[in-house]
Amino acid sequence: MASADFPAAKRTGRGDEGFIALIRCNVPLSVGLGIFWLAAMVLIAIFADQIRPYGITAMDLASRLSPPGNVKHWLGTDELGRDVLSRLIQSIRVSLIIAFGATILSAVFGTALGFAAAQFRGAVEHLVLALADFQAALPFLIMSLAVLAFFGSSMLLLVCLMGFYGWERYARIARGLAISASAQGYAAAAVQLGATPARVYLRHILPNVASTLIVSMTLTFPEIILMESGLSFLGLGVQPPETSLGNMVGFGREYLTRAPWVMLAPAAVIMLTTLSISLVGDWLRDKLDPTVR
Amino acid sequence: MISFVLTRLLRAIITILAVVTFAFVVLRMSGDPAQVMLGPDVPQDVIDAFRKAWGLDQPVWVQYLAYLKSIFTGDFGVSMRDKASALDLVLERVPATLQLTIPALILKLVIGIPAGIYAALHRQSFADRGVILLAILGFTIPSFVMGLILVLVFSIILGVLPSGGQDTWVHGILPTITMSIGGIGILARFSRSAMIEVMGQPFIRTASAKGLKWRDVVWSHALPNAAVPIVTIVGFMVGSLIAGAVVVESIFSWPGIGRLLIVSVSNRDLAVVQCILLVIAATMVVSNLIVDLLYGWLDPRLRSRAAH
Repeated sequence: MASADFPAAKRTGRGDEGFIALIRCNVPLSVGLGIFWLAAMVLIAIFADQIRPYGITAMDLASRLSPPGNVKHWLGTDELGRDVLSRLIQSIRVSLIIAFGATILSAVFGTALGFAAAQFRGAVEHLVLALADFQAALPFLIMSLAVLAFFGSSMLLLVCLMGFYGWERYARIARGLAISASAQGYAAAAVQLGATPARVYLRHILPNVASTLIVSMTLTFPEIILMESGLSFLGLGVQPPETSLGNMVGFGREYLTRAPWVMLAPAAVIMLTTLSISLVGDWLRDKLDPTVR
Repeated sequence: MISFVLTRLLRAIITILAVVTFAFVVLRMSGDPAQVMLGPDVPQDVIDAFRKAWGLDQPVWVQYLAYLKSIFTGDFGVSMRDKASALDLVLERVPATLQLTIPALILKLVIGIPAGIYAALHRQSFADRGVILLAILGFTIPSFVMGLILVLVFSIILGVLPSGGQDTWVHGILPTITMSIGGIGILARFSRSAMIEVMGQPFIRTASAKGLKWRDVVWSHALPNAAVPIVTIVGFMVGSLIAGAVVVESIFSWPGIGRLLIVSVSNRDLAVVQCILLVIAATMVVSNLIVDLLYGWLDPRLRSRAAH
């Protein structure tokens, strides 16, 4: 959608057409393609029910493991004759919902703890930093394996668990930024005018540190997609009959010799999505993050 | 210097304690191991006898204190399934995991760091762009996808390498490559940006302005200063020598720690899971500690700053 506009924008962009035009004429092709792919993924996730040709559990036993490219099943079928394209569309939706939910959870949780550490200092700060140390010391995959296998896997638990991914980074960043912000005039002025701490943090400090936090979100998002698909691949994430990208790769692995497309289609989507987010995120970081030169 | 070491050591011990507590709380509170081990149709008195035998009838804090005490005396419990010492079960799997992760680490270091430094010294060249592209590809492709693609190409289509098992060193080739590719990408990108940052510093300009050979500028002025951030990442990789192979071991049916963890988790073998968590956390914490101490050695400025 957007990628076709770039050359035109380059010619006509005079810098006086506002933010959109400014972004447009500075977007490299790879980033444009990345934005295009991500937009497509989001649209697919939103309209999954409308564009899915078959139900995700609908079996076509007459054409099991049929290769991609035939008229009935564009991307072929799996071992039960289920349409790979339909399952792929649903998987994109499930994986994106988990990743979005978890990214937001972890950003809110981590930022809140970071602000709390900056506001109360003392014991609270030590506790938050000790928790962050602990989280960094235990590999997240190992921790989630233990938690998931012992509590059993459910969608809600999975999102909550993934919501702990990377919170310690937000906490450290938010704490550092809030401490340096409260040393600046504007926060002190708001306090002097009688604003409550909540108001100072939410209305004054948060908008000023948001760009750095958003950049961290572009870093956590693909990592959460990879973490969720890794867990689902190991059979401990999203459970059948529900499907996710990692889950499809995990089950497709059994048919690697006879029907590699069952595994390759979701694998390609995972790769292209994380690649796009990395490209777009790097570019956003250069644009937004004041701490990167 | 002594207070610097002591603070780091204290922090490491607190972290380990937190991990022990976490493991204990999560694993003990999440379900009744007696029910899981014995199955649903077992009479109540058998369950009671089992719980008594394993100390599961005590209050949780008594179990916790007993657990802490046994850990400090070097007793990590007995596997409920095999009746063998959990620590022995775990330790006998360590060599298999290290057989994969150590060669993978060497590959990461030998390929990743030089590639990144070369790219940094030849910015905007064809090689630089190639390194960046491959690096991004390397760490955006998840290891389970990479592993399966390698199996598809080298085992199924070409038929030159085995797809699983641990019989000969040839069986280790695909898992090692799978494991190293992501790390090579991360290290290349990281060393490149660390090196670029150092090369932009005034002291590099001074060094070349005073007539040093370019080689000497790079080797004795740029590299030592770029080493600090690179050591951080390498330290993290060393720390995950034991934990980093869960997915790859599962793809290539390699009998290491990762496979043991997944099997024990699905069997709810509490002692083994706790033991693995501890071993993994201990390696992470020890390698972080070593990295912290290395900082002090690499960069004397940090010694005084980090001590308080």
